[in-house]
Amino acid sequence: MRMTHALVAAPVLLALAGCGQSVGNGQQSGGAKAKTVTIKGSDTMVILCGRWAEIYMHHNPGVKVQVTGGGTGVGVAALINGGTDICAASRPMKDKEKAQVKARHGKDAVAPGKEVCETPVALDGLSVIVNESNPAEQLSLDQLDGIYRGKIADWKEVGGAPGRIVCYGRENSSGTHLYFKEHVLKNQDFAANVQSLPGTAAIINAVSKDKSGIGYSGVGFVVPGVKEIKVSAKEGEKGILPTKENVVSGVYPISRKLYFYTVGEPAGEVKTFIEWTLGEEGQKVCEQVGYYPMPRR
Amino acid sequence: MRAGGVLSHAEAVSAAAHGNDAVAPAVSPLARKSSGAASDLVAAYLIKACACLAIVSLVLIFVFIGKEALPVFTSAEIRQEAGVGELFLPAAEAPAFAWQPVSEPPRYSLLPLLAGTLKVTVIAVLAAIPLAIAAALFTSEFAPAWLREIIKPVIELLAGIPSVVIGFFCLMVLADWLQQAFGWTFRLNAITAGLGLSLAVIPIVYTMAEDAFTSVPRAYREGSLAMGASRWQTAWRIVLPASSAGLLAACVLGFGRAVGETMIVLMASGNSALLSLSPTESIRTFSATIAAELGEVVVGSSHYHVLFFIGAFLFVLTFLANLAGHWWIGRLQRRLQGAT
Repeated sequence: MRMTHALVAAPVLLALAGCGQSVGNGQQSGGAKAKTVTIKGSDTMVILCGRWAEIYMHHNPGVKVQVTGGGTGVGVAALINGGTDICAASRPMKDKEKAQVKARHGKDAVAPGKEVCETPVALDGLSVIVNESNPAEQLSLDQLDGIYRGKIADWKEVGGAPGRIVCYGRENSSGTHLYFKEHVLKNQDFAANVQSLPGTAAIINAVSKDKSGIGYSGVGFVVPGVKEIKVSAKEGEKGILPTKENVVSGVYPISRKLYFYTVGEPAGEVKTFIEWTLGEEGQKVCEQVGYYPMPRR
Repeated sequence: MRAGGVLSHAEAVSAAAHGNDAVAPAVSPLARKSSGAASDLVAAYLIKACACLAIVSLVLIFVFIGKEALPVFTSAEIRQEAGVGELFLPAAEAPAFAWQPVSEPPRYSLLPLLAGTLKVTVIAVLAAIPLAIAAALFTSEFAPAWLREIIKPVIELLAGIPSVVIGFFCLMVLADWLQQAFGWTFRLNAITAGLGLSLAVIPIVYTMAEDAFTSVPRAYREGSLAMGASRWQTAWRIVLPASSAGLLAACVLGFGRAVGETMIVLMASGNSALLSLSPTESIRTFSATIAAELGEVVVGSSHYHVLFFIGAFLFVLTFLANLAGHWWIGRLQRRLQGAT
């Protein structure tokens, strides 16, 4: 669902931004002209950035924030070519990409080694949930991989009561589906009998009613009837619950940071915008959209 | 697109069932040349235009779907990934039949989806048709007038329930009841979705069947009763056979609705593309696949064209069912007319 909104949101925001062009830091151009901040990149983040842009523009009528999706790779390419002020990325930038930015924009850097400025803006993680009556407490990433690829079919193999494991997941158009596939299944296919449900709420409902069910959802959706499983990166390690602290500190294995990248230290309107997203109001938006806020500094 | 197809068919069938009286009002204003002739003419053309608009839009929809589906046959690039062989024949590597469109490389076998669609449709039709026809027979032949005035609108009201509401009911309530009653491993399965689907099919079949029963001439019933037959014998041996053409039309329409219904199966079937015959396993239908995947697909990719191919396939499937239904109805009607 998040992706669906993203696709709808992108053109709408483009339309809102109107004729606003990518003119770098609006402050520098000055005058009566509307200041424009452009954000390009991760589809996962389009809805989040769209909300931020909406609220920010509401507070600052003179500023236009233009959000475009296309994927992290598209955003990085745009940052290298100078086509965007901010690159939204759902993964850290690769060294090779940083080197490209450095080669193109080395002169703009404030200080050596600071050619690319990385600002984590939100945290994204997935909870693994089972029915509250399920005795299983913890699963490793390898066990999850086996369960969702159909290699582990019975709960007794992973510490539950004997019985067939019923896997619930999202449709293949969902960003959550792709994230789980990439991070847990290492890009292998889901088993054919994984049931795809239309939305996180449907998964949670199904697991709350199905004693042998297992599902995944965004963090922070736990309701009575389901419990979160502790996840360990490797078999035998201590399992970790996706509490706010564990996700925020980065020890929970199925979580990632969402970043804003800029060329050099952000300045002017871009800086004000990024600082606002990290502030109290901006971080509250993260939680509303379904992510965790960044740890307070 | 699906609703359009079914509706136009409904009109066609009801026009056939009631003779040609539906066409008459559109023609008569033209014949009457009075002071209001000009406005009559305008009204007649407006009505004609509306009728043509329905046909034109239906044709345009089909042309659009066909055009987007065509690359499955014509484009060399897409045929490599999703040619007709990949869609219907077993693949070289296991599993032989897999619907994994976001896999690398993507797998586009349609057979699991076809199996799911047929399974859920058969279950829905088997559950709905006997119930709907029996209900229609009761209201038209046995129920006292006051009871008929209650039952008929209530069942017809069922058609007004949005399918997403029925789907939600199946997902949250019906699935639990069935799992508790039968202890199935999978909560969401072909039977759950099929029973939900039958809720959408029942009002259509009921309304058509009721129409068919009431259009049986009174003389048939009176003759039968006069010969000493009981009401049940009259209903079973006279009214039922005499309205068989209308009943068949009802079944065909019910089938069309079941094949094309999307929201109920999307929510209640579990959507896993399995090639199996077991009715207690989860299924994925054509319509749900289109609904779930078309929103995010890259325009022009093989996945996109395969989804349109599925749409065209569904279109052809219901079209053939309707055509066969029409042909059979015509035959029945001729035979009945010959017999009287």
